[in-house]
Amino acid sequence: MKDKNVIQVEDLSKLFGDFAAVNNISFHVKPGEIFGFLGANGAGKTTAMKMLIGISSPTSGKATVAGFDVYKEAESIKKNIGYMSQKFALYDDLTVKENITFFGGIYGLSKKQIEQKRCELVEELGLQEVTNSLVASLPLGWKQKLAFSVSLLHEPKIVFLDEPTGGVDPITRRQFWEMIYKAAHNGTTIFVTTHYMDEAEYCDRVSIMVNGKIEALDTPKKLKEHYKTDTMNDVFLKLARG
Amino acid sequence: MKRFVGFVRKEFYHIFRDKRSLFILFGMPIAQILLFGFAITNEINNVDIAILDQSNDVTSKEIINKIAASKHFSIVDIIQKESSIESIFKKGKVKAVLQFENNFGNNLIKEKQANVQVLTDATDPNMANTISNYISSILKKYQQELNKNINIDYQIIPQSRMIYNAELKSVYMFVPGVMTVILMLVSAMMTSISITREKEQGTMEILLVSPLKPFQVIIGKVFPYIFLSVINAVVIVLLSIFVFNVPVNGSLFLLGIESVLFIITSLALGILISTLSATQQTAMMISLMGLMLPTILLSGFIFPISSMPLPLQVISNIIPAKWFIIIVKGIMLKGIGIGYIFKETAILVLMTLLFIGISVKKYKIRLE
Amino acid sequence: MNIILYIIRKEFKQIFRNKGMLPIIFILPVLQLVILSNAATYEIKNIQFGYVDTDNSSISRGLIEQFEASTYFNVSERFSSEKEASQAMQEGTIDAYLNIPVHFERDLQKDKTNAIGVFIDAIDGSAAGVINVYITQIIQGYNNNIAMDLIQISDTVQQPNSIDSIPLFWYNQTLNYKTFMVPGILVLLVTMITLFLSGMNIVREKEIGTLEQINVTPIKKHHFIIGKLFPFWMLGMGLLTIGLILAKVIFNTPMLGNLGLLYVYTSVYILVILGMGLFISNFTDTQQQAMFIAWFFIVIFILMSGLFTPIESMPKWAQILTEFNPIKYFVEIIRMVMLKGSGFTDIFPLAIKTLAYAILMNGLAVWSYKKTT
Repeated sequence: MKDKNVIQVEDLSKLFGDFAAVNNISFHVKPGEIFGFLGANGAGKTTAMKMLIGISSPTSGKATVAGFDVYKEAESIKKNIGYMSQKFALYDDLTVKENITFFGGIYGLSKKQIEQKRCELVEELGLQEVTNSLVASLPLGWKQKLAFSVSLLHEPKIVFLDEPTGGVDPITRRQFWEMIYKAAHNGTTIFVTTHYMDEAEYCDRVSIMVNGKIEALDTPKKLKEHYKTDTMNDVFLKLARG
Repeated sequence: MKRFVGFVRKEFYHIFRDKRSLFILFGMPIAQILLFGFAITNEINNVDIAILDQSNDVTSKEIINKIAASKHFSIVDIIQKESSIESIFKKGKVKAVLQFENNFGNNLIKEKQANVQVLTDATDPNMANTISNYISSILKKYQQELNKNINIDYQIIPQSRMIYNAELKSVYMFVPGVMTVILMLVSAMMTSISITREKEQGTMEILLVSPLKPFQVIIGKVFPYIFLSVINAVVIVLLSIFVFNVPVNGSLFLLGIESVLFIITSLALGILISTLSATQQTAMMISLMGLMLPTILLSGFIFPISSMPLPLQVISNIIPAKWFIIIVKGIMLKGIGIGYIFKETAILVLMTLLFIGISVKKYKIRLE
Repeated sequence: MNIILYIIRKEFKQIFRNKGMLPIIFILPVLQLVILSNAATYEIKNIQFGYVDTDNSSISRGLIEQFEASTYFNVSERFSSEKEASQAMQEGTIDAYLNIPVHFERDLQKDKTNAIGVFIDAIDGSAAGVINVYITQIIQGYNNNIAMDLIQISDTVQQPNSIDSIPLFWYNQTLNYKTFMVPGILVLLVTMITLFLSGMNIVREKEIGTLEQINVTPIKKHHFIIGKLFPFWMLGMGLLTIGLILAKVIFNTPMLGNLGLLYVYTSVYILVILGMGLFISNFTDTQQQAMFIAWFFIVIFILMSGLFTPIESMPKWAQILTEFNPIKYFVEIIRMVMLKGSGFTDIFPLAIKTLAYAILMNGLAVWSYKKTT
């Protein structure tokens, strides 16, 4: 049962000097799950995520992503995951088309595959008018949807999203989550961090980090029952207040 | 006024929190002055030369000894035939070959005239010329010895006095120059990224919306760097005086004031550059690529301006460093007062006002 | 391998789309090469010359005429006293002056020799030395003239000995300073552009966040680095080409040696510089820091490269330091190859050191680039 988990974390820690940004966390994520990784700013979510995506080495503990060990097999992990960073990280001075081609190429897709994917993507997002426009000229919501789609180009098993809906209007946010649902439906595991508590409702399971530790881990429904609240927002407030 | 002070304080915080840049801003000028003061000179010492003595007699050997004894030359090779010359020049082994003609000594005795060919690698014309001059004067001295007892009538003898720099130390020329160049580059670079950084980070908009007048923003940005640069300038002057023994024949106080003026001019130039640039990258590239070579080449730091073609002499007038070098050399080496350098000082003041004026105008345009 | 091509393509697109930077990368160096090379000269011309002549004899006037006739000197003023002349030197209006004392001609004829005061502004020590040589030469020439005019042919005339040095200037007969400086300035420009661009480039991606995105992809770090640096390598070679063409067309710089050899060397040299840029950017977090560090090294490298002042004149410890200065190698080699026609064996020692430097620098840079921290 354990091996089937796409993400398996045991007592994972990251210390900066004496400061434990991530303090002995343990959890697992099942295939096809939408897993919400919640917490206040500074709780350690991003640090934890960086260890899982292979760009930060843990101080102690164990973790595997897509079956690969985060210490020794970081590069193999990267082949199997997608990532959308907090800053959206598309190249502003390249066009939509060029960004897609570039990231497709980096992930080793063939020209034909890239072509195909690009057409699908443009169609799906309605970007026909702007394929040859610089990404800098796109409105925020479009950039963000594009970044998400780009992270899925190589059909990874898991996609890591770091605060993907920051600063976007509610309608766009909902559209974004519809895209997430679709991807999960196709079998992609979604690992998303956010501090929008209403988005927590959309996840299959959530964990809440406070000061480097995981203080809660369950489905939204069960968490609300446990803390006797109506919304995830209130669950969070209860936890944060300690 | 309170807003202004707050603004200036923010600028100070920016600077002092970036420890790495701070270390570079202070450490580097010091390291550079030390390095250059000791290493940069165009005095010719221990130049590698070779001898081709086709005569091999007493006289030629005497002369060769004189040359070997000179601190300017180091004889590293004796070659036997002319055909070897090309090869050692191509390899870059020696800068000159002295060729004594056949029967050198005999020629001198019989015909009272003998020749030494001084073949120089003139890819560096200055070196070649200097080598020729030195060899020529060594030969002339030897010649005078020979002619000691012969009466040569009517000799006007020049008695040369080197004013301001009796020992012809090249430090006197280079240290003020290095001081100027480094101060200018550091100051201009510091401020050139200051405005573009705000633009890129987006905090510029906040400033634009604030009640601070454009004039205040510009001055506020320059202010903290004045403080930093003055520290740099003081250290540099102290190094010049105590490590390199460059005299300060004039007023130290005047030197200080003029240095502050020059610093402000350089900072203002930096601000101007940043108002003209869209990104930090552009601003930095302009201050580095655009300022460095012109400042080194056209300021009179190494090459005398009066020897340059006329158009370049005209262009050199817009390089602030040129004027400051005149001021520094004047105060330190000539000991002159404000009366003599009034024109140069006025020019620097005008330049500063011009730079600040344009910067404010460009900044205002953004408001509209 | 294909992956490298994707990166190269992206880099080129970004470079050429950056409208603000394009003139700086291409036009600025070209302008500087063409304009500033003319500034570089150690020739001493237009020497502002003044004199005090309290004798007013035909001898003194004759001497002054020699200076007026000389192309080196601008005889600007006759001063009525030494004090006035000294004042003018303080003001900087004259570079040198002569002081001909009263009764000069009379004493000369009586004693057969007389001294004349020569005062030279020696702040620029080497220029003063040259001015002194010129003045001495003019006076010497004049000596021979008056000897011929005034001398009574006496019976005890003895022929003095004369040892003449005949200077022969190889490779640059006209002592054209531009011939010497243009290749050197070209080296400078190529170095500056490649160092600054490569140093800033990766830091910029760090700052905007795209570097993190790249680090999450499975791309191998050496593929990434090669792809990133290759466009700048091309830029450097391109700039070299443009520079060489301009050197030939505008300055008529000789190109005696094998240009192919020069190109091969340059391609290795640029690798050293790119390696440095990359190395710097691995240790800095902001563009500002990267630039400051790059600036620090460039200024030191430039002034210690033998470009403006000879390395042979530096103290021994400084000469050893220059072994680590890549610009020194390139400056020397470009001069050797272009101006002297030196061949592969001639430049081999320098070239092999550059190669070692390139391997070391790039090795360090690649090693210090961490995809996982």
